[in-house]
Amino acid sequence: MAAVRTSSEIGFNRVAIVAVLLVTIIFLAPIYWIASTAFKPRNLATTIPPTVVFQPEISPFVKLFTKRSQLRNPASPEEYAAAPWWERVVFDGGEKIVRDGKGQVQWSGYPSRFMNSLIVAITSTVLAVGMGTFTAYGFSRFKVKGEADLLFFILSTRMLPPVVVAIPMFLMYRAVGLNDSHLGLIILYTAFNLSFSVWLMKGFMDEIPKEYEEAALVDGYTRMEAFFKIVLPEAATGIAATAVFCFITAWNEYAFALIMTSRRAQTAPPFIPSQVGSGLPDWTVIAAGTFLFLLPVAIFTFLLRNHLLRGMSFGAIRK
Amino acid sequence: MAHIQLKNISKSFGNHTALTGLNLEIADGEFFVLLGETGAGKTTTLRMVAGLEKPTEGQVFIDGVDVADWGAAERDVALVLQQYSLYPRYTVRENLEFPLKPKIRRLPDAEIKDRVARAAKTLRIEHLLDRKTDRLSGGEMQRVSIGRAIVRKPRVFLMDEPLSALDAKLREALRTELKNLQIQLGATFLFVTHDQIEAMSMGDKVGVLNHGRIVQTGTPHEIYNNPRDTYVASFVGSPPMNLIDGRLVDNRAVMAPMNFELPLTKTAAATEGRPLVFGIRPEDVYLESGAPVEARVHDVENHGVEKILTLRVGDTTLRATVPARTDVAIEQSVRFAWNADKVVLFDKGSGVSLRHAS
Repeated sequence: MAAVRTSSEIGFNRVAIVAVLLVTIIFLAPIYWIASTAFKPRNLATTIPPTVVFQPEISPFVKLFTKRSQLRNPASPEEYAAAPWWERVVFDGGEKIVRDGKGQVQWSGYPSRFMNSLIVAITSTVLAVGMGTFTAYGFSRFKVKGEADLLFFILSTRMLPPVVVAIPMFLMYRAVGLNDSHLGLIILYTAFNLSFSVWLMKGFMDEIPKEYEEAALVDGYTRMEAFFKIVLPEAATGIAATAVFCFITAWNEYAFALIMTSRRAQTAPPFIPSQVGSGLPDWTVIAAGTFLFLLPVAIFTFLLRNHLLRGMSFGAIRK
Repeated sequence: MAHIQLKNISKSFGNHTALTGLNLEIADGEFFVLLGETGAGKTTTLRMVAGLEKPTEGQVFIDGVDVADWGAAERDVALVLQQYSLYPRYTVRENLEFPLKPKIRRLPDAEIKDRVARAAKTLRIEHLLDRKTDRLSGGEMQRVSIGRAIVRKPRVFLMDEPLSALDAKLREALRTELKNLQIQLGATFLFVTHDQIEAMSMGDKVGVLNHGRIVQTGTPHEIYNNPRDTYVASFVGSPPMNLIDGRLVDNRAVMAPMNFELPLTKTAAATEGRPLVFGIRPEDVYLESGAPVEARVHDVENHGVEKILTLRVGDTTLRATVPARTDVAIEQSVRFAWNADKVVLFDKGSGVSLRHAS
């Protein structure tokens, strides 16, 4: 690189920085909106123009996790004094937390839906990526009869929008008792992601020189040992990238979750909007639910960011 | 160490035939070089000995045992490749330890340590042991990958162009090292290369492979001085052997296009008048003022100790290696002769040397 930079280069850099900033702001604005709404008092959530400076509150999250009922009269000072701090913020909003006969707080549906989302998304990601990795290895390393046709067949499952098969799937699931079950959703999401996983992993597997495993084979290792000791660590980048994509797809899936689940196995995406309910929606609670829902993907992606950056270049670095 | 035999091996990949009717025998402790152009089937042959590829027909014997059903792991061979032969992510030490740690023949830790230390010492890579393989130079990498082979005391060393990716200086140095190593270990080596200098300088025996067939097997001396056919003659040697079409008339070589003549030592009368190809090494062509043929100097290559001249007689060109002090200029007229004892006669139709045909 030249030691002295010309003015046009500097000018270009400035334009580039401004453009990057603009794009970043455009992408982050909705996230900021949701995150800030999740901490707003209810009366500031829908003001026009939007309130930017406010005293953040925890009440939307308390409300998100509990069942509440409207107070007819404001809480008595004794009741207020006896309540823990997180219950007082609910009183302040003109509501009270529902308790059972023994005085136990009644949880809202959100924690269990969130758990369902985690169980379904993680399990289906592990299955799709695991099966995809083995399948891709097989296609990449062995002569498979009708390889091209088989790969095309696997890909063809993505040629229709999945929603097209929603009704038949629903009827089939009802017939075999898979509706509103974790297993049902896991199977469904694994099937969605498998074709993607096979194709993406095949690309990564093809990039790994087969000489590595052959050297291990000659050195006295079995095919399986060579796969786990040599190929898998080399494929880590690809596996991470594939896992992130599969996880996001399974985590965000809405249509099938809405149709196939109602209570026991319902995931967060269909649950959150259902809380809008009748009457005046409490947008702060919805925003709090959405905000928490965004976190796992953000954390997962953040943890794998190094792999992802390398994965995006699809092995170009090796060349 | 072991004796290797390939019997009547054929191998095809789909419609493509890589090897046909290959017979090969490598004696215990021999440095055998398989020489051929890219795509001749050298690597396929090597991979079949390693057990990475199964022959379509024929058998592979290691120490007299048919190893058709043996996997690569059981054959106890070591493989050195041109590239990608080191495990990335591992340090040099881990790479050297790897072949000593498989379940089927895991060695005790003390022995592993000892063997790694000895291999590292032999190859002078002790200072690199804790380095990651992606921080090695090309020559260091190839040393380590040879190290990975020698830690194990395998029955055969298989080397697939291990020096081809290196620069010329390093290649020369490692060539000597590798040959010394083989002598020191007394090991059986099967070495694959397209570089005829490597083959000539390292091999106890050389097998020349062309289009999936072994054309000639012999010592480098035999291959060089007595090539079996025109392919071997033109492939081995740099510059290659001059091949000139002609006929035998009255115990003289009469070259076809320009009718220039050169003397021969006695040959079988049966070849009289038949179309032949005369082969002569450039170093057996010499310039002399009273020599029988006149030619023009077409090109001069100065190699320091010698000059390689391209001479033109009509449409025929031939190369001559002359001492560097020879003073010639391009387009200068010179007279040349050949060393009649060294002329090799090939049949024009089949290309086979008359000495081998009988």
